[in-house]
Amino acid sequence: MTKQIKTVAVCGAGGTMGMGIALVAARAGYQTICYDLSEAGLDNSRRQSEAFLQNSVSRGKLSQQDSEGILSRMTRTTKLDDLAGCDLVIEAVFESLEVKQSLIRSLDKVCDASTIFGSNTSTLSITQIASGSAHPERVVGLHFCLPAQMMKLIEVSPGLVTSEDTLASAWAWCEASGQMPVKTQDRPGFILNALLVPFNNDAIRAVEAGVASPEDIDLAIKTGLGYKMGPLELLDMVGLDTQVLLCEAFYNATLDPRAAAPPLLHRMVAAGLLGRKTGRGFFNYNTNAMFGA
Amino acid sequence: MEYAILKGESDPRFADDAILAGAVTYEAAHIAIYAGAPFKADAAKKLILIELGEECLSEHVGEDGIANVLGFARYRNGNDPASSLVEVVRQDIHDEETVTLARAFFEGLGLRAAVSADQVGRIISRLVVPKYNSALRLLDEGLASQKDMDLTCKLGLGYPDGPIERVVRGGLEHHYLRSQALFEVYPSQSTAPARRAVVAYRRAVGRGRPGI
Repeated sequence: MTKQIKTVAVCGAGGTMGMGIALVAARAGYQTICYDLSEAGLDNSRRQSEAFLQNSVSRGKLSQQDSEGILSRMTRTTKLDDLAGCDLVIEAVFESLEVKQSLIRSLDKVCDASTIFGSNTSTLSITQIASGSAHPERVVGLHFCLPAQMMKLIEVSPGLVTSEDTLASAWAWCEASGQMPVKTQDRPGFILNALLVPFNNDAIRAVEAGVASPEDIDLAIKTGLGYKMGPLELLDMVGLDTQVLLCEAFYNATLDPRAAAPPLLHRMVAAGLLGRKTGRGFFNYNTNAMFGA
Repeated sequence: MEYAILKGESDPRFADDAILAGAVTYEAAHIAIYAGAPFKADAAKKLILIELGEECLSEHVGEDGIANVLGFARYRNGNDPASSLVEVVRQDIHDEETVTLARAFFEGLGLRAAVSADQVGRIISRLVVPKYNSALRLLDEGLASQKDMDLTCKLGLGYPDGPIERVVRGGLEHHYLRSQALFEVYPSQSTAPARRAVVAYRRAVGRGRPGI
């Protein structure tokens, strides 16, 4: 039996992903509690949410009235106790097993016995995260894509002891929210990162091996496969330091050599060449020159 | 720039009708394109281009190479129509002027040229073959349904098609041959053909199409 969900909480709503998930929930008509330890983070998210919605109004995708309605359904709190009445809690906190387990353990004491916990982890095991809870059958993976408020996809992953009702309820919520759920096993990286992280590493290794320049690699992938972005351009956007973290999580869980961070990636991070955020990664965003040029 | 196409028994893989129609005689051409015909060096030509399959350019010209001879391959996903991508293959001997000339030549034909070192798999196969093998293995292991794996890549990454639908559409037997070529030089689980590709190839051989 699926659970009727009326109120949703998002933990880590002061971050980019959390903010996007909160917008998805509020846009679909759910009362949405935005929880974060940082009041400043929540304030910043609120401003970004307002700006996003205003932009949607300006582009004629949303009425002013609907925009105000969405914002009115989003409340902010730094107190975990305020999540007591929630039907669904989605965590988008720091990608650490200890942090996520600790949060879920705390939520056990606050929330109802029927509350569903969704984890937005991209690489960690849902089963392991759920082991932090006294009710692991109520924990399910709900992996959104960045930016969550614009991307329809949600990877829905039951852990080994997730109940059928929890999975069905989470699935129904995704669909009711206008999202597109896909079911995956509880395996490192699920579908998206299991394919993307090693692929991006292979592109870095091709640069390192002198196969081609970053510019030619991206050109080949975009022209040959029709991708909107080349892997190296994408890595620069995501951040090379983030790729290192993804590799560490992914390699530790799989021991797949393709998931290990390539030596060039480590060197670039050490040199502060992190991508767009530092103005230079595989491409130079100050002069449009590419890495190595 | 005037070009001649030296064909073998079958039509060149890279050329459409318009490109074939634009060719001139060998004597009149500045650029000679070997598309199946046995290669002969000619220092008088500004540029000689050898169409490659899975092999390296050095199989035709040796590891030292020849200053005016480059390789190339127009990328296609197995049975799919050819893409507009041409991988231009260079060796250490080639200067920037020669590479730029080759790139400009293909761009002048309305194609896009990416320059690759003379390595097996060049750019595209080196990157996509391990990815498709991985996707096929994950499918076998029950990570998700084919539909969901493809949908995830389309919705989550903006790909025009999913990895499984693409490799199946192109022909798993073709994927097997590309994978096998990579595996021979870079043996690892990621380059070893996935089970479904092995099965497809063996079935093709069984139907009498060993060369695909």
